[in-house]
Amino acid sequence: MSAAQQRLTDDELPVVLELEGVTKDYGSDVKALRGVDLAIFEGELAAIVGPSGSGKSTLLTIIGSLERPTSGSVRIAGHDAQSATDDDLAALRARHIGFIFQEFFLLDSMSALENVAMGLLYSGTPAPERRQRASAALEQVGLGHRLGHWPNQLSGGERQRVAIARAIVNSPSLILADEPTGNLDSRNGEEIMRLLWELNSRGSTLVVVTHDHEIAASLPRQIEVRDGQVTRDDYTQVAGPSESGVTV
Amino acid sequence: MSAPALAPSKLLGRDVFRVGSLGLRSRRARAALSGLGVAIGIAALVAVLGISSSSQANLLAEIEQLGTNLLTVKPGQSFTSGTASLPTYSSTKVRSMPGVYATSSVYAVSGVTVRRTNYVSSEITSGITVQAADNSLLATLSGSMGAGKFLSPANDRYPVVVLGAVAAQRLGIDTVTGHQQLYLSGRWFTLIGILNPLTLASEIDRSALIGLPVAKSIYGIEATPSTIYLRAQNDKVKQVDSLLAAEANPKSPSEVEVSRPSDTLQARAAAKGAFTGLLVGLGAVALFVGAVGIANVMVISVLERRSEIGLRRALGATRHHIASQFITESLLLGLLGGIAGVIFGSLATAGYAFADNLPASVPATAIFGGLAAALITGALAGLYPAIRASQLSPTQALKTA
Repeated sequence: MSAAQQRLTDDELPVVLELEGVTKDYGSDVKALRGVDLAIFEGELAAIVGPSGSGKSTLLTIIGSLERPTSGSVRIAGHDAQSATDDDLAALRARHIGFIFQEFFLLDSMSALENVAMGLLYSGTPAPERRQRASAALEQVGLGHRLGHWPNQLSGGERQRVAIARAIVNSPSLILADEPTGNLDSRNGEEIMRLLWELNSRGSTLVVVTHDHEIAASLPRQIEVRDGQVTRDDYTQVAGPSESGVTV
Repeated sequence: MSAPALAPSKLLGRDVFRVGSLGLRSRRARAALSGLGVAIGIAALVAVLGISSSSQANLLAEIEQLGTNLLTVKPGQSFTSGTASLPTYSSTKVRSMPGVYATSSVYAVSGVTVRRTNYVSSEITSGITVQAADNSLLATLSGSMGAGKFLSPANDRYPVVVLGAVAAQRLGIDTVTGHQQLYLSGRWFTLIGILNPLTLASEIDRSALIGLPVAKSIYGIEATPSTIYLRAQNDKVKQVDSLLAAEANPKSPSEVEVSRPSDTLQARAAAKGAFTGLLVGLGAVALFVGAVGIANVMVISVLERRSEIGLRRALGATRHHIASQFITESLLLGLLGGIAGVIFGSLATAGYAFADNLPASVPATAIFGGLAAALITGALAGLYPAIRASQLSPTQALKTA
């Protein structure tokens, strides 16, 4: 059993994310989420899986405190996101959430180091410390030799690793990855998944949103979303990416 | 479960500048082009203000140096018949007025023209008036000699002549050496001096001046002044001005024309300023066009950078941080345009002043006013795009395609 699952049996588990009866409507017609209950515990590596239109993207925006739910309660790292102001949500993102996107979203006019340092920009960290921590984060994702490279000088896999470094540079409570391998070939995708496992083994809590059941199945926990509800929430015994021979 | 209070998102002051200048640094050509409109507007404003201030400064400095306490008295229009004349005693009366410390008169010598030789027809006057002058005229007008010397008790009984600056130029004379002779309607006069231009009495520039005694003895003129020049004590100028007509011609004060030459010149300087107002208006129009240019580029920039805005929001930027990024960018565009404009405008002023031989002067108000106008332009132009950028929801902004 992984560390996270072991702690699952314990009532004292630190909860990173807690959703209760969360709904999200867009206008009067579209009910994207219809009552979601979900808890993510510290040290977990979970997949949210579902086809497009299932509500998993909406769930991502709520977990990532990009939007408030229509009703229900959301607690992120102990902070109530339901009643938070716009600025409070921004503060939650700045200090507790790290995003990894399918499209990487690196700024072409900045070096890898500067892109990563941007992850600390809105928490008021002074520039020298930002650079120092960005350099350490790039080291951690295996790009210590690429600090001064521009995004257009890097391969797709390397770009995503820069984006991952940007997500972890602020030591967030929760890292959200939205189809992190969607724009990569299978070899690079595998490497990215291996990197996410590695981060998890060092203590990071990760949620990977994907439509790919194979990727979801390779992770210790699969939360399946359909029609705006959680239809399945399973823990699978997986040992890790290399042993399970996962392909993406 | 309770957590420690959430520390708000925070963007350090120096990072606001860094983030705001990013768009300019990564799109230099576009930034330069969009700043160009503001640069042209500010350059026009600075150049117009600089050029007019250079020429005004020149004129006003000259007026200040010559003094504003010079008054002139001339015969005006008679009620009954044509031109009136001043009584012969008027000059003495004016000199005895309290507050007047210097007077000098010139007297018309009618029917006399000045020519290089007697072969030139007497009808060709070259616009030069022959006048008899008091020896004190040069001092009263604060004039100076370009060459030679002025009339004096030692020479005013002899046929000698002093030319005004314009008169000398028209006769083609620039030196008094070699006892140059001039023909004044039947008599040869020796040229003894050429005056420098007199700003306050430009009519003397176009005159040939001879001594009053010699004018009386040769041409038999009456000593009725055609113009009396007088200097009043600075604090008494207004008072003297109001009493002057009655004092010069007690019988018919309405036939006396009193004027203050420095007023005319100052009015002319002010008129130049009014002309400037129109050009400043044109500069303001250029500035407005520049503002529209910046706003246009900023709106496009916001559209192009949707995903960057979304990313920044995801990284914890508040709406305020996004707005301040775009406002800073447009302020910087305005400021850079303004700095370029002030430089170009000052160079244009210097070039104009050099060509016209004026002291180059760009007023501080033009420089700081120009920069302030450029900043305000940038702020106004950036307001709408910045608000648009900040109102973009992070999820909307992150959606590609």
